[in-house]
Amino acid sequence: MTEFAEGFPEQGRKKDRVSKFNIGAMIGIPLAAILFQVYVPQFITYLSYLELPLLVTVYFSLMRRSPVAGIFIGAGIGLAQDALSRHPLGMFGIVKTLVGYFAASVSQRFDVENPMLRMVLALFFVFFHEFFYWVLSRALLGQAVDFDPQQKLVEAVLNAAVAVPLYHILDKLKVTG
Amino acid sequence: MEALLNRYRNLSVLLVAILAQLVLLAYQVKSNGEVRLIRVWSVAAVTPLARALETGRSSVAHFFSDYFVLLDVRDENKRLKDELDRIQMDNQFLRTQLDTADRARSLAIFQSQSPSKTVAAHIIGNTTDTGGTMVIVDRGSGSGVRKGMAVITPDGIVGKVESVYPMASFVLLITDPTFAAGVISQKNHVHGTVKGQGHSTVIVDYVQNEEKVEQGEWFYTSGDDLIFPKGLPVGEATVVRPGKARKEIYVTPSGFQNGTEQVLIVVEGVHVPIPDAAPGEQPVHLLDRPPVDSTSTAPAASQDGPESDADRVVDEYRKIGEAEKHVYGQRGAGAPNYNLSPSDVARKAQDAKTAESHAAPPSAAPAKAAPANAAPASAAPAKAAPANAAPAKPPVKPANP
Repeated sequence: MTEFAEGFPEQGRKKDRVSKFNIGAMIGIPLAAILFQVYVPQFITYLSYLELPLLVTVYFSLMRRSPVAGIFIGAGIGLAQDALSRHPLGMFGIVKTLVGYFAASVSQRFDVENPMLRMVLALFFVFFHEFFYWVLSRALLGQAVDFDPQQKLVEAVLNAAVAVPLYHILDKLKVTG
Repeated sequence: MEALLNRYRNLSVLLVAILAQLVLLAYQVKSNGEVRLIRVWSVAAVTPLARALETGRSSVAHFFSDYFVLLDVRDENKRLKDELDRIQMDNQFLRTQLDTADRARSLAIFQSQSPSKTVAAHIIGNTTDTGGTMVIVDRGSGSGVRKGMAVITPDGIVGKVESVYPMASFVLLITDPTFAAGVISQKNHVHGTVKGQGHSTVIVDYVQNEEKVEQGEWFYTSGDDLIFPKGLPVGEATVVRPGKARKEIYVTPSGFQNGTEQVLIVVEGVHVPIPDAAPGEQPVHLLDRPPVDSTSTAPAASQDGPESDADRVVDEYRKIGEAEKHVYGQRGAGAPNYNLSPSDVARKAQDAKTAESHAAPPSAAPAKAAPANAAPASAAPAKAAPANAAPAKPPVKPANP
């Protein structure tokens, strides 16, 4: 009973803990993720399904645990990604802003350092990202883009599988103390 | 109000951020304008890193090919103790290097021989779109590249420049669904518009069912779009079938045949006529044969003397046949005396000649006095003897001594 009772404050402290990163990592990691998406698929084509900028957005939003920070992280990464695409600026920006906001909101209620939860969240947000991007393409740009839920689900699972080790590596870059 | 804003601070920030981006999006869509500053920043941030990565990758690739391949060859050599294997591995490696050098050389040759003025560029990355139908090249406005310029390889067209930045440009590939260019067929000069489909084949649209296009026919740029100079190969029609309203023509783009690591951007295009033959079937200029070298003996022997031992045997038996007045292959004629020495053969031939000149008057028909096979040896070429005239083995005993 005593152990059980003592567990709650510990859990609470863990949830409230805000992870910090140095400024180099905050800029360098998203840039590296975007660079990966620009550069690597021309040699390994099937890696084009890996949405590293999105995974990084989710990670930083979860770790910062602040919806406002999540909004700015999502908007920044999304707009940078937009700038390197042929679509008008704002498509990835809006979707990733929402992802950042929701990820940060979720992080206030759950222990987001649990690998299984991270995997589920990554899967959900990748699918959400793809779906919402499709909705925006049709609604705002009037593009007749196909959306195959099964294919998107498989892509989401693959991204989630990559997310767990990626987040584990990114955890090493946290500033302690 | 302030309390309300504080209470819903997160939601307010989210709404402001989304609204700002929606306004940005609406401005771009409505005015067809571009927020160039953000794009320039992003490209400027990513391009140097991509270029550095590409340099690093090339260096590592060269290191591996130069060091580890040679190491493998050495290990192979030690293990097998076989010099031939090592030479073959070296040969293979050099062939690969030669292929790479050939590709670069062909691009340089094409660039120097093409009437259009072009700038060579290296593909350094894809854009972030899914599908990868747009690529980034390492030439920008600093190299004279402008939006709308054609991008080609010696094998065909690749795409067109979509947007230009100081150090890099985005190239829309021919396979992109939004790509279109005017084309003309090689044989029947049928005009159409080539369009991308998002995958490896493209279609030629706006060709009426009544017009004649054959499968395997080549399409060239027509120059109608004012982007691609006339006469550049586009690809070969792989499927041609009548459609509901217009013909359905699927074309395999030829520009990607040998990879697209390097491309040429047409800075100043020059129209050229459509060639009469497809790229693979164009006539090749060949020089005349070199004059026969008088000092060399081998070619001379092959021209008028016997070329091999078998030819010599055939020649010898033909002379025997002529001396013996034997017609090879004639039923009931027996066989000539194959044991005659060359001097006997010469003497008999001379006798036959003398007898022929004395016995037959000039006005008489020569058919009976001198059979066709009794002609002098010098008159008949070495290969004129019938193939069945020479037996496989000379007989041991003479049939008619």
